[in-house]
Amino acid sequence: MLLSLGANPLSGYATMFTAAFGSLEGFSETTVKSIPLLLVGVGICIAFRANVINIGGEGQMVMGALLATAVALAFPAFPSFMLIPMVLMAGAVGGAFWGAIAGALKAYFNVSEILSTIMLNIVAVQFMNFLLRGPMIDPAEIERGTGIPQTMRLSENADLPILLEGMRMHLGVLVALLVAVGAYFLLWRTAIGFRIRSVGYNPDASRYAGISVPKNVTSALAFSGAMAGIAGAILVFGSESHRMVTDGGSTGFTGSAGFNGIVVALLAGLHPLWSVPSALLFGGMLVGANALQRAAQVPSALIIALNGLIVVFVVSSEYFKQRYAQAGRVEEPDDNDNGVIVTEGGNNE
Amino acid sequence: MSSQLNETPMLQMKGITKRFPGVLASDNVDFDVRAGEVHTLLGENGAGKSTLMKILYGLYQQDEGEILLNGKVINLTSPANAISHGIGMIHQHFMLVPTLTVAENVSLGLKSTRGVLTDLKTVSKRITEISKSFGLQVYPDEYVWQLSVGERQRVEIIKALYRDASILILDEPTAVLTPSEVDDIFVIFRKLADAGRGLVFISHKLKEVLDLSDRITVLRHGRVTGETTPAQSDRHDLARLMVGRAVKLAPDKPEVATGDALLRIEDLYVAGDRGRHAVQGLTMEVKSGEVLGIAGISGNGQRELAEAIAGLRTPQSGKITINGHDTTFCKPGQVRDVGLSYVPEERMKDGAVGDFDVKENLILLNHNREPFCTNGFLNFSAIRAHSEKLVKEYAVKTPSIDTCTKNLSGGNIQKLIMARELDANPKVLLASQPTRGVDIGAAEYIHERISQQRQNGTASIVISEDLDEVMALSDRIAVMFDGKIMGIVKQEDATRESIGLMMTGEDQEA
Repeated sequence: MLLSLGANPLSGYATMFTAAFGSLEGFSETTVKSIPLLLVGVGICIAFRANVINIGGEGQMVMGALLATAVALAFPAFPSFMLIPMVLMAGAVGGAFWGAIAGALKAYFNVSEILSTIMLNIVAVQFMNFLLRGPMIDPAEIERGTGIPQTMRLSENADLPILLEGMRMHLGVLVALLVAVGAYFLLWRTAIGFRIRSVGYNPDASRYAGISVPKNVTSALAFSGAMAGIAGAILVFGSESHRMVTDGGSTGFTGSAGFNGIVVALLAGLHPLWSVPSALLFGGMLVGANALQRAAQVPSALIIALNGLIVVFVVSSEYFKQRYAQAGRVEEPDDNDNGVIVTEGGNNE
Repeated sequence: MSSQLNETPMLQMKGITKRFPGVLASDNVDFDVRAGEVHTLLGENGAGKSTLMKILYGLYQQDEGEILLNGKVINLTSPANAISHGIGMIHQHFMLVPTLTVAENVSLGLKSTRGVLTDLKTVSKRITEISKSFGLQVYPDEYVWQLSVGERQRVEIIKALYRDASILILDEPTAVLTPSEVDDIFVIFRKLADAGRGLVFISHKLKEVLDLSDRITVLRHGRVTGETTPAQSDRHDLARLMVGRAVKLAPDKPEVATGDALLRIEDLYVAGDRGRHAVQGLTMEVKSGEVLGIAGISGNGQRELAEAIAGLRTPQSGKITINGHDTTFCKPGQVRDVGLSYVPEERMKDGAVGDFDVKENLILLNHNREPFCTNGFLNFSAIRAHSEKLVKEYAVKTPSIDTCTKNLSGGNIQKLIMARELDANPKVLLASQPTRGVDIGAAEYIHERISQQRQNGTASIVISEDLDEVMALSDRIAVMFDGKIMGIVKQEDATRESIGLMMTGEDQEA
């Protein structure tokens, strides 16, 4: 691809890699870029485990960020150790609420979650545009008459502390890692996770065993939304401007993390812990792409194409794995000597 | 049996050996078919029947051994090759295109006499001829989707006969048929044999094998364990050859004093999937220490009845009482809480989560209760101990409790489900088709477990299409037809004939 753009691919990728991981500063940038990807990705993992495809990461981020911002606006004087957990919680609640709407629609009215989450994305963005132009706009913007849709500088008590002096890496990194580990525990070590996975694998058997399918589908999407909501909150309070800004268009401030998180989750094999390296890779690609644009005049949009290619490879490798497994099964005879059968014809009556 | 039996066999398979990685699927097997006979290949799932027949149909190549057709060695490399040698196969799962007519289906893959144009008239004419000569009652212009399962099977037979098959492999042809359809198809098979064809009948149903066969070859672990005839053997002999040890076909049933009625159903109406009443005004009760068998051809409301009892399907009217609690409109979890255990008909769909491992499936019902779960967190040491105990107690053959459930054999999955359900100490046990598709050894074990529940004072209902199973397990037998109970008879008064009649809805008073 790089060749077609007239650049040396090897040195191009080397540039990308060095920019993203070659220096402490680069790595710090990469981690910051990875935070929303990781959080959304982990949320996607949970939804997928319940056999629900959450494309609503964008909207859930927006709603989380809005509620978190509202909390920061309402209680600006609270000390940091209280305000930061509060805004993160508010982010989670906002996202969870938005996710649960799609979940309940799916669970109780059989509305496709793919459609409902996409539509809820649009609703959320327009709701944000309304709030940031009206009720939540920075009073200074009105005074000056510029009317840029953004909030005022949010309380400094809510700023996410910087972890490394002089760099941008902030507390959000730790929060995201914590959430990833928490999601792992949720899925494999708790009764809730057990039910979510059971419902995802086999709703019929779950129902028959007394596990409520609608409740667990809803809760899976709520958890998924909560993680995206935290990502939204972190984007606001970890940003340099420390305010919530909208471009007034249809995307907002998320940098499409709500969609890229899906790619992160797929590459991670829908496992919350594998999502960590996966998110770092994609975060690094975002950082590297900017460097590449500077070094080799290759448009950074290239990275979008690269993302797409990775999805194609990941998904198709899954397909080939299955094909291979099936072919292997047919080749083997149906011998149940040790109690294990390998053919599909297990139900021969 | 005809006089042709003494001639050279039409087909001989000598010393066939086939290895797969780690398994000897076929170990020096000799098998032959003579013109005019039905030669049965009997064995459990995994005994090597399918492997042998796939070699004969050209799907696999043998590693050692040779195949002789009319005394000449042939080399079968593909199904097309096998067909050209006059070997036809009736698959268990039909290979028909539902949107095409019978004639079109038959002509698929054949050269037309008119070049690129189809020649359905000639095809139809021959289909009618073949159909008449064997009493198949297949009409060339009907669409396959309009046909019943039994009729589709006859289309498959026509397909093979149209290609001049002199040897027909019948791969578990009765699996999908109702008892009366089985009788009909056996008449046709006999006619085909009498007309000089050689039939290979693959089955694991002992009664059918004894009814139809001229000769029986039994396979176990890829090896021939015996060759016999129906005249020389009975079901117990065959079962012993299949399993390698004596098998009890019916569990012991000591006298048990029955107690209170633990399950009571009054005037129950349940809607089916298509809206009409699947269960119509059904009334019955089952007492503690009693097994009520429900016989009947599937599709007569048994599934809906079971789902209504289990809380999976809401009844339209009537009343269900379990252990003194009205559970008519309860959810599945609530019904379980008052003492119902349910072994569902489709074990992979409803009974177990295939992608869960063994231990996870064993705690499916009580994963959120002590000791498996404390404050919402799963307690793996308790779960492991519990699973190890159940796997041992119920003889579930699995490499470990961490094995993915879908990799177990049908019999072992069923044992796993039984283990989970019986461990709950049910007041009422509802078992739907408990041994369908399960090998004889596991079926014997499952029957014994149900019988044990009876001695523990559980009220059990066994719904089964297998009349032998119902007769072996039950104290009383109810026959369902069209959503109603045609009659309830005591086990000692029941005969196959009287129950068979009720199954077709003919006898209202019995």
